[in-house]
Amino acid sequence: MPETRLLLEHAEDPQLRTLAGYKGYGGYATLQKAYREMEAEEILKQLEESGLRGRGGAGFSMGKKASFLPRGEMDKYLCCNADESEPGAFKDRELMQRNPHQLIEGIAIAAIAADAGHAFIFIRGEYDAQADVLDAAVAEAYDAGYLGENILGSRRDLELIVHRGAGAYICGEETALLDALEGKRGNPRLKPPFPAVQGLYGGPTLINNVETLSNVPRIVAHGAEWFRGYGTEQSPGTKVVSVSGCVRRPGNFEVELGVPTRELIYDLAGGPLDGDVKAFYPGGSSAPVLTAAEGLDLPYSFEAMVEAGSMLGSGSIIVADESVSIPHMALRTARFYHHESCGKCTPCREGTNWTVKMLERVVRGEATPMDLDIVASVQENIIGNCLCVLGDSMAMPVGAMVRKFREEFEQVIAEAGPELDEVSRIAAVQGPAETLGAST
Amino acid sequence: MVDFPVDPAVSEGRVPDRAPEGVPELHEVDCPAELREQIETLMGRYPDRRSVSIPALWAVQKLYGWCTPEGIRQAAAVMRVTPAYLEGVATFYDLLHTEPVGNHKVAVCTNISCWMRGGDELLDAFRGAAAGREADVFVSGFECLGACDIAPMASIDERYFGPLETADAQTAIDQLLAGEDVLPEKTLERRGLAGDA
Repeated sequence: MPETRLLLEHAEDPQLRTLAGYKGYGGYATLQKAYREMEAEEILKQLEESGLRGRGGAGFSMGKKASFLPRGEMDKYLCCNADESEPGAFKDRELMQRNPHQLIEGIAIAAIAADAGHAFIFIRGEYDAQADVLDAAVAEAYDAGYLGENILGSRRDLELIVHRGAGAYICGEETALLDALEGKRGNPRLKPPFPAVQGLYGGPTLINNVETLSNVPRIVAHGAEWFRGYGTEQSPGTKVVSVSGCVRRPGNFEVELGVPTRELIYDLAGGPLDGDVKAFYPGGSSAPVLTAAEGLDLPYSFEAMVEAGSMLGSGSIIVADESVSIPHMALRTARFYHHESCGKCTPCREGTNWTVKMLERVVRGEATPMDLDIVASVQENIIGNCLCVLGDSMAMPVGAMVRKFREEFEQVIAEAGPELDEVSRIAAVQGPAETLGAST
Repeated sequence: MVDFPVDPAVSEGRVPDRAPEGVPELHEVDCPAELREQIETLMGRYPDRRSVSIPALWAVQKLYGWCTPEGIRQAAAVMRVTPAYLEGVATFYDLLHTEPVGNHKVAVCTNISCWMRGGDELLDAFRGAAAGREADVFVSGFECLGACDIAPMASIDERYFGPLETADAQTAIDQLLAGEDVLPEKTLERRGLAGDA
């Protein structure tokens, strides 16, 4: 299956990351067009009609999100979410490293539509090399007059700052990102108000993912109709899909949305390492895992994944082949969310903690099959009960694994560790009796 | 009825046992001019001065190797916030260290995709290779670093390397300590969009 490279066009050219290289391929022509020939409303209309859906995880219409910003005289902000921290996702890294000016041009055009005077790229601290690339590109763009005051002779200003985070998955959540950008601990906020109304420094704020904003120049250049020529009715355009895990050729592949998932995994990513595909996360580690039978023949689109009870998320496929133990994979997943939970909401803080403890017992052979029901019920009590979806992001995949691979969990419980009688099982689970007495 | 003990704060009112922490004055801290200038320049770029807390802590860490209590006080004095505020920020984030760490930092990814391909074994190999040199090299297991395409991988002094074999750990540590280029053939830079791992 061939790729459809739009965002990754010329990505193999190392000169693309320089201003000269980018302009050599026609870069910044759309920004000029936007400034000279287009009104903000017209740009907004193109974005809305294109049906471009957010590429960061939620898949919400980008144009609609931008249209929620109130009009009128006030300080408005644009934030590019480059805190890519979802396990399995590494496409924003690629886009920033190889084509930083495409993102900067997208931000500059989107800032016109959002009427924002300040823009920020919030990049995760681990992406130091990519932040250096962005810093260099932003400096070039300032020198060339694409950023700063009176851009291209217009009356519009745009300040763009590359802001490095310092290692926290939660900062990819848009309101936590705003808190981090305001210099606080990155805790999520209660919504509403949504950032479009009251975001950074209390002002209306548009927050979009790197890949979403990187799509903007082409949509504005060629029009919404052209963009809709790619992908499906409900998922227009192309998607950079990160495929990793047990595949022979892991990497980023840009395809039209709606291509067969099987071909993405078997053809582009070279197929599983050992035997067949057992299961996969279709959209990063937050997405409920699909078994091979459920998922391989689905089209890779937002709607097909939702219909199958999962989600496209950030568009990152992690493949588990037959050699992978699902209970261990569930534990690995839960540990991540436990570590990254900010601790603000009880269901997430306690739920991730107890899920890890229970899954550790499972893999140590100290659990009973009844514990699996408790694991499942804990997941149900997290979903929808917190300020943000971090807890849900553990509950959905872990819940799906326990449900779909229950036999394997039971087998692990039966096989692992020494045979325990019921009393020592309880002791292993609850601790010695005197400890119990002391704590009550 | 049971007589519950009553907290004196309820019956007598709360008496603070010490003065609340204030914002340190610049003359109270011995802030290096370079650090002060760096933070002030940053403050000039943002609409709100508090926004620079993470960049300021990065600057402190770069200067002292970690976010030292004195470094935090210096940054707090420049930013006009309390040291506790900055300390609260520093402890929230994994990459900011509030305890001494080695000069070189190795973060080995142990998340799903790397785990599937030997991330745990790689972490053990790095720990073994750096044993006894903890003051020079700080090795830690880390959550997903966003480079599952080169799994199993590690971030060494903030640059990505992979896919790594366990034997690469010793080579990398030796090169780090000798001040040489680390694993030049395994950098992320030299890799294409997808490749055979």
